[in-house]
Amino acid sequence: MSAPGPQKSLQRHPLAGWLMIAPAVVLIAAFLIAPFVLAFGYSFTNQRLISPNPTQFVGLQNFEQLLGVGVLTISPQTGEDGTVMRDENGNLQYPSVRSFTRGNDEFPHLQGMREWFSWTWGEDRVLVLARDIVFMKALTNTLLFVAVVAPVQSALALLLALMINQKLRGINIFRTIYFMPVVVSIVVVSLLWRFIYDGSNGLLNTLFEFLSFGLFQPVDWLGNPGTALWAIIAMSIWQAVGFHMVIWLSGLQTIPVSLYEAAEIEGANSWQKFRFVTWPGLRNTAILIIIVITMQAFALFAQVDVMTNGGPVDSTQVLVFQAVQRGYEQQNIAGGSAISVILFVIVLAISMTQRYLTRER
Amino acid sequence: MAAVTEPNHGLRTAGRYALLIAVALVFILPILFMVVSSLKPDAQLLRDTASAAAFLPVGDVSFDNYAAAFRRAPVGLFIANSVFITLATVLVSLFLCSLAAFAFAYLEFRGKSLVLAVIIATLIIPFETIAIPMLMVVNSLPFIGASGLQWGWLNTYHVQIVPFLADALTIFLFVQYFKDLPKELIEAARLDGASWFDVYRLVIVPIAGPVFATAAILKFLLMYNQYLWPLMVTQSEQFRPVMVGLQYFFQLNTAWGEVMAYLSMITIPVLAFYLLLQRAFIASIASTGIKG
Repeated sequence: MSAPGPQKSLQRHPLAGWLMIAPAVVLIAAFLIAPFVLAFGYSFTNQRLISPNPTQFVGLQNFEQLLGVGVLTISPQTGEDGTVMRDENGNLQYPSVRSFTRGNDEFPHLQGMREWFSWTWGEDRVLVLARDIVFMKALTNTLLFVAVVAPVQSALALLLALMINQKLRGINIFRTIYFMPVVVSIVVVSLLWRFIYDGSNGLLNTLFEFLSFGLFQPVDWLGNPGTALWAIIAMSIWQAVGFHMVIWLSGLQTIPVSLYEAAEIEGANSWQKFRFVTWPGLRNTAILIIIVITMQAFALFAQVDVMTNGGPVDSTQVLVFQAVQRGYEQQNIAGGSAISVILFVIVLAISMTQRYLTRER
Repeated sequence: MAAVTEPNHGLRTAGRYALLIAVALVFILPILFMVVSSLKPDAQLLRDTASAAAFLPVGDVSFDNYAAAFRRAPVGLFIANSVFITLATVLVSLFLCSLAAFAFAYLEFRGKSLVLAVIIATLIIPFETIAIPMLMVVNSLPFIGASGLQWGWLNTYHVQIVPFLADALTIFLFVQYFKDLPKELIEAARLDGASWFDVYRLVIVPIAGPVFATAAILKFLLMYNQYLWPLMVTQSEQFRPVMVGLQYFFQLNTAWGEVMAYLSMITIPVLAFYLLLQRAFIASIASTGIKG
């Protein structure tokens, strides 16, 4: 390393240093840090993109509106003799949810909420109510998307990296092909896959019919609330898995060949070599990949915007899509910012937890 | 090699290739389908999805869909916009970020570590979480252009360029690379009386080709594929890039042949570029995985 003394003092040039970093620092401050700080600020106001009225501070109102949930347990209606009432099909009859959530002074905390989901508990019905059901669906869909994509995509990417890491003639051709979808825009991929997932002419249905000798019944993958989010998950993995394959591959190539040779001399089989040589050597790569995929998965937007617009029946609503719907389409900057803040807090919490769980011991 | 002595060596190798090829088909067939379909009339395109003909340029093959795509939307304008926005951002951001990284790597000045730490910390902020307040920021900024002073950046080129001129990842990549260069070169140049900017320009830039290539490729992919931001800031057709232009093609009765032609037009140049420089592309993605 360079010796201390004269060389060191050569480099102490505050004016040159600040001048050189100034443009980048100003831009990052204006277009990264300022909007980030403003997101928090706006989320406590009623800011709109263009509004004749002055902006007001509203405290936590935006968050209460988004996150408000309540539980309501209702018993079946009973007749005058105290027995439960049933309709002509023998089903229990319950008082309507509206009678609790609209102007009922006994349940002020449920005011304005709607049913999110419910289940039966004995003869009672337990209802989970939410103030903003679309947001709640966006939140749970996003969490589901991340919970599936992060582990599945990392594992598949590792599998591909192991395949590509074999010493075979022409292996680079396969690496080139596996990586190819990564350079194709996710918007292009989404529109292309809309056709592949099509219910009547889609390639996927044709493929399944062929593989099952015609037994498979065609499915409208994106038009069905039960399959739409899963279709988006599968396509997203298809598009991005090559990206993380390459990162795994660079991790694999840092493992010294001598370790494998030593394991071979010890008589280790392929699984043992993976378990005791490869996997420990990939620790840092694994942490990085999980964090990167998690962050990318939370940003899910283009696929939903191009393929489903959040439908059918809100089955593919996600947080960024909702933030854009409110902040941009409805020009409700405050509402969009509040969703952004919630999204950021979740991303931060998850990546800190991942860092903590995988810390050096 | 131990593998050579194993029984059925040839069979094992064949099995490995079979698996590699099967997986390759999963990745390549949808892209092939896109390109092949762009050459077929809609009726045949829909009929062909029932068989392997979906992946073969057979039947009534022509460039009619491409001509129709140009009639439906100002495709040339969208491509020109995308090329201009992408090129301008890549060139200026490489200069600004490498210059800042040069100072971070070689110069000592008060506050340096703090500023660098804050910049690196912004890596955790996904763009999608700041897009909405950013809309507010650009809507209230002034700009001095050809037509004098204007307020509000919506519907312009610069609203798609300026916010992306400096970012933490690019600066980080340059800092990592510069740290490993021999310091003696710089010291020699300084003793010869070169200014710091001359050291950057004449000593460092010429030997930093690989990191410039890496940063350029990452920025290129990011900018060319931008969707959310241009969608929000370009209500007028004049400034729209290719990804937003896609909206002209997904209307009620989708003309799939035209869609595939448009998708092929905006994708094939990037794919060609990738196939030509695939080592550099893959190396640049791999380098994002190297944390200091």
